[in-house]
Formats: sequence, structure tokens, C-alpha cells
Amino acid sequence: MKDEVRKFIIDNFLFGRDAGRLSDDDSFLEKSLIDSSGILELVGFLEETYGIQVLDHELVPENLDSINKVLRYLDRKSSENLEIRIAGRTAS
Amino acid sequence: MCGIAGLLRLDGNPADPDVLHRMIRTVRHRGPDGVGVYTDRNLGFAHARLSIVDLQAGQQPMHDGTRRLWITFNGEIFNHVELRESLIRKGHRFHTQSDTEVILHQYMEKGADCVHDFNGQWAFAIWDSEQRKLFLSRDRLGVRPLFYTTHDGSFLFSSEVKSLFAYPGMPREIDRAGLDQIFTFWCTLPPRTVFRGIQELPPGHSLTIEDGEIKVRRYWQLDYSSAGNASTEPAAEGPIAERLLELLADATRIRLRADVPVGAYLSGGLDSSLVTALMRQSSGGTMKTFSVTFTDPEFDESRHQDDIGRYLSVERNRIRCDTDDIGRVFPEVIWQVEKPILRTAPCPLFMLSKLVRECGYKVVLTGEGSDEMLGGYDIFREAKIRRFWGAQPDSRSRPLLLKKLYPYQTNLQMQSSRYLQAFFQVTGDGLSNAFFSHMPRWNMTSGLKTFFSSDVQADLRNQNCYQDLETFLPKSYFGWDPFCQAQYLESSMLLPGYILSSQGDRVAMAHSVEARFPFLDHRVAEFAASIPPSLKMKVLNEKYILKRCAEKLVPSSIINRTKQPYRAPEGKSFFTGNKARDYVEAALSPDSLQRAGLFEPATVQNLLDKFRRGSAIGIRDNMALTGILSTQLVVDQFIERRSV
Repeated sequence: MKDEVRKFIIDNFLFGRDAGRLSDDDSFLEKSLIDSSGILELVGFLEETYGIQVLDHELVPENLDSINKVLRYLDRKSSENLEIRIAGRTAS
Repeated sequence: MCGIAGLLRLDGNPADPDVLHRMIRTVRHRGPDGVGVYTDRNLGFAHARLSIVDLQAGQQPMHDGTRRLWITFNGEIFNHVELRESLIRKGHRFHTQSDTEVILHQYMEKGADCVHDFNGQWAFAIWDSEQRKLFLSRDRLGVRPLFYTTHDGSFLFSSEVKSLFAYPGMPREIDRAGLDQIFTFWCTLPPRTVFRGIQELPPGHSLTIEDGEIKVRRYWQLDYSSAGNASTEPAAEGPIAERLLELLADATRIRLRADVPVGAYLSGGLDSSLVTALMRQSSGGTMKTFSVTFTDPEFDESRHQDDIGRYLSVERNRIRCDTDDIGRVFPEVIWQVEKPILRTAPCPLFMLSKLVRECGYKVVLTGEGSDEMLGGYDIFREAKIRRFWGAQPDSRSRPLLLKKLYPYQTNLQMQSSRYLQAFFQVTGDGLSNAFFSHMPRWNMTSGLKTFFSSDVQADLRNQNCYQDLETFLPKSYFGWDPFCQAQYLESSMLLPGYILSSQGDRVAMAHSVEARFPFLDHRVAEFAASIPPSLKMKVLNEKYILKRCAEKLVPSSIINRTKQPYRAPEGKSFFTGNKARDYVEAALSPDSLQRAGLFEPATVQNLLDKFRRGSAIGIRDNMALTGILSTQLVVDQFIERRSV
């Protein structure tokens, strides 16, 4: 997953150019990698690749502004989804 | 309006008339009505004339009647009538009706200080054949261009860089620090240009060469020191609006002085509408206006142009512009603007000047300068909103103002407050930054440097364009009101470096058309600089005081319409479907990029692929493509292909 996210960021916002310089904690905003359409591209990628729905209130830098933040966010989303599925099964 | 060129051989060798002819030939588009060359031992002047004032006797280079002083002049001195009268009273005798001769006589009276008396737009050189002294000057706000360099024991100058490159053996190289500035500020900071060794005389400066010594001196600059002290009482508004209108009316009146008919650019916005209305007041009869319309409704302002056109009963002439047109004319536009550009907006204006010329007109008045002088740009409102939000960063309603400011940026509409805060740098140290207003734009633009080649990035490692900017700014800047600081940045950087050059002089003169700018009359500019910021932007109502001026002249539908920034279609202009145009493929091929050495070929290929896939949707990608492509075309046209 980490490799996929990293590859997406490097391909789309660094246009393939990294040479190992982008660390997993580097802020996309501080590095001027991303603009308002870039956020939407990233969200589109995450939703399509990982089958999640990024909710409006989740569209914040705390969730999406570095590779590690994205990974932690995806982790949280998948556990939430798991909990929802378990809760759904229990309820039924 | 004309093209000028000249040289002074500092080694004392004679100036070669053939070289002067070669230099002036490259700028014949600026002056197709005649060419003149003058030499005096080691000095040579050349001139390409666009005859507008004194059609019969205004040939140049011109002398003062005694043959001591000679001039080559591009531009207009609009108050030449009044200056002539005053000079005649002092005993001066004139042989022509031209403003050119007035410059010579005023110089005779006051030397270098003569420029303080001129109301106009100029770039000229005067040769004092007795003192062997060369004097160059450029107008206060940078309407007319003037470039210079030293090479082969010679000092050379011209209206355009291509003319300097016509000098035999002139080195041609991209100035990487200049490129760095463009990919930050959208323009270079004069005297730097994008060509190494080629300098631009900054607006409001003069240059003298005497005994081989070159001295550059500032004679004028905008000063906002008094804006904070002016009265903001409601009672003060009326007199300020009246005075501003009086100055604008006079600025327009003297800009109608010409021996050929004068037309107007009519965009449908407040500024050009007011200028056209003031022209209507000053002159009766048929009046021609010229407008750009766009096939894409996102950019089109036809409806407003129709409204004001009907209201003022002017003859409408227009071009319709689409993405295909922009892609088609782009290389020619780059040949004219002679620098990398990050937007395609000069292209429609290049097409418009062609229409003006086809209609038999040589002169137009336009509304440029109003947004800078009177606070009209979105960037001023944006900065005000950002400060307002920054005072209460947790506010939920304040960020909505930013979304309202940019209704046409659909991607922005979908952002959370937290992201808007980050994009617009609302928190932290940003608020106290002296460049607060412009930092989001400059930061975003700087992100494009990721495309620079490793070699360029290494070269620029110690380059800090913000330090360059601090040196460029007057000391007093750091004490001004933030609104005035933003105005100064626009007026001293982007106005001469992009608006008046790439969107102004260069694309108009490409078709031998002279643009004149009432809002850039120095009396208007100085008065506007003294108006308190709260009257330029009342809450978020931009150009408030100008709207008051316009009340009796322009319909309320124009005054109260939502301001639409002038924009043109960008990246998709360079593609037909998913295929890049041939010249785009050639300029951005790995080979071309490798040869130029400025951008990383693989990175640029990925950008192109993104466009081909139709996934390039943002401002950043579009600016990157336009900036890289225009840079590559500059390299191709001026450095590799040596078209001159």
C-alpha cells in the first residue's frame, strides 16, 4: 500500500521525479506539490484504489498531507469499515 | 510609436551603419512607416517609424536644429503642446510639430531632469555630440521597453532583445536566475532579463554614458507613504472621487492627441468602459472599439461589451477566440514577447491588435493600470480576506469568502476550510510576511521548479529570489499599509514585467499598434497612491472610489457587475484531442529538452502524458505546460535557431 501511495504521489505531483528525496513525512503543501485540484486527484485515487469514501470533513491536511498521514488515514478507514461490517453482521 | 536601436562604441571605433540597419530591421513591425539611421563617429542611432504625430516632418533620428543633439525616440509625450508653448516663450524655435523635437528642446533646457516634465510613455536616447554624452530614459511605469547590453567594446540598446541579438557575435544564453524569477514572480526583476548579459532599463530610470562610464539613476517611483495619513471621513470621498475623475478625464483628453484616428479596447469591464466613456466626452463622431470574445462562455464577456457598446453608441469590432486560435498563434506570440510566460492571455490580445490594424487604426486607448493603481485585482481582495480570516482562524464563515472570490475555480469550491487555510497561508508566520499578499501565488508558481533539470537546480541552489526582491523594493515599502504593499508589488513587478509588456506593448506592436493608458498617467498614479486603501477597497468592494467616479458615465450594470479577471484557455490549446500540436511535440521532445538543458525530459514527458490522458485539470499543471513550452520556444527561436 505504501509503495502504491508513494508511486501515485511521485507520478502525479512530482511527475516521476523523486530520487528518494520525498520522505514519508514530507508535507505536500510545504513542498508546494499539491494545489486544490491535486487534493481532488489524490482523493479520486484513494477512493478508486481502496474502495473507500472520503467524507467532506475528512478532507483535511491531517489526513492527506504526507505519505504517512495518508497511510494512517487509510488504516483508520479500513478499521472503521471493518467495524461497520462487523456491526452490520451483529445487527443482522 | 516606433522601434529604436543604437550603439556607442566604447573603444572609439566607428559605428557601422550596416549593423544599425541590421538591428533596426528586426523591429520593423514596430515602425513600418520609415527607417532612419544616423552615425557620428563611434555613435549610431537607428529608428523604425510608426507615424502618428506630425506625419510629414517627424522623421527620426532627429536633431535639435543645430545638429548638436540627436534623438531616437519610441513613444509619446502627451503634454508636448503645453511644453512647446513654454519653450517658445523661453526662446526655443521649432521646425516640426512633433513631440520628438520637444524632448530635445526640453533636454537642452534641463538636461537629465527634463523627464520630470514629461507626461507620456517613452523610451528614448539622446546624443550630445559636443559633450560626447549618451542619455537614455524610460517612462515612469514601464509602458515602453528598453533593453541594453555591452559587447565587443560597444554599448548597445534597443526596443527589443531580438535587435541586440542582430549584432554580430552577440552571445545568447538563458539567464538561469532570470528563469528562477519568472518561475516565482511571473516576471524578472529589472534590470535582469531571461537572457544573460541583456539588461532592461527599469521603469522610472535614466542611464547616461560619459567618458566610458555607465550610470543608471532612478528619477521616479510610486510612493504610498501618504496613503495612511489621508482622511477616510465620508465627507472626503466626494472630493477625492471628483479629483480622480478630473485627472482621468484630462489623462484621456491628452491621450487622444494624434494625427490619426484613435480607437479603444473595450473588454466589458469598468476600466475600459470608463475610458471609452471619457473618450466619448472628449470627441464626437464615429468611434471604433475593439474587443476579444471567447467561444468558451467561461471566459467570454460579450454581453457586457454589448451593453456598454450600445450605451455609448460606439462602433464594435471584435474577434472570436477559441483554444485552437491560442495554440496556433502561441509560437508567434513568444517571438514577440521574448520571454517565458505562464499564461496564454497575451494570445487573444495579439489577435486583437491584428484586427485593429486591419481596420486601419494605429492607436488605441485601454483601461490597463486601473487594477494596480486603484485596487481592482482579486489578489487584493484575497489578501484582505486572508487577513480577516487569520484574525480568527477557527471561523467557519470567513473561509467561505474565499470560495465566493473565486467562483470559477470549481476545485477550490470543494475544499475544506483546513485546506483553504493551508493554500492561502492564513496562519502562522504568514500574516507578518512583507509579501503576504503574494505568497500563495509565488509559492504555487515556485512548485513548478520541480521540472527544472538537476543542472539548473544545482545552479540555483544559492539563488534566493526573495533576497533579490528585498533589494529591488524601496526601503519605505516595509512601513506601508499591507494593501499598499500589495499594490506596489503589482505595479512595480507584474505591471511592467508582464501586463504592459507581454499583454501590452509587445503584442500590440507586433501589428504596429500603439496602446495608450489613461490610468497610467503619472498624475493619476500619484494621486491614486495617496488615496487611503479603505476608499480603494471598501470592505470587499474593489475600486470603490473609481466606481463613484464612473457613476455618471457608465451604466450601473457595468459598475456593479461581478469583476471577471481577464483569462484565456490554457493547456488544452496545445492539443488536438489527445495529440499535442506538432510544434509542441518538437519543443518538448526529449532531444530538445536535453539540448536546452533547462528541464528534466522525463518529467516533462509525464506532464504531457497527463494532458494526453485528460487528467491535467489544475492551474498548476496548466501553468507548468505553458511555462515550459514558452521557455523551450524562447530557446528555440532566440538561442538555437538564431532567427535573428
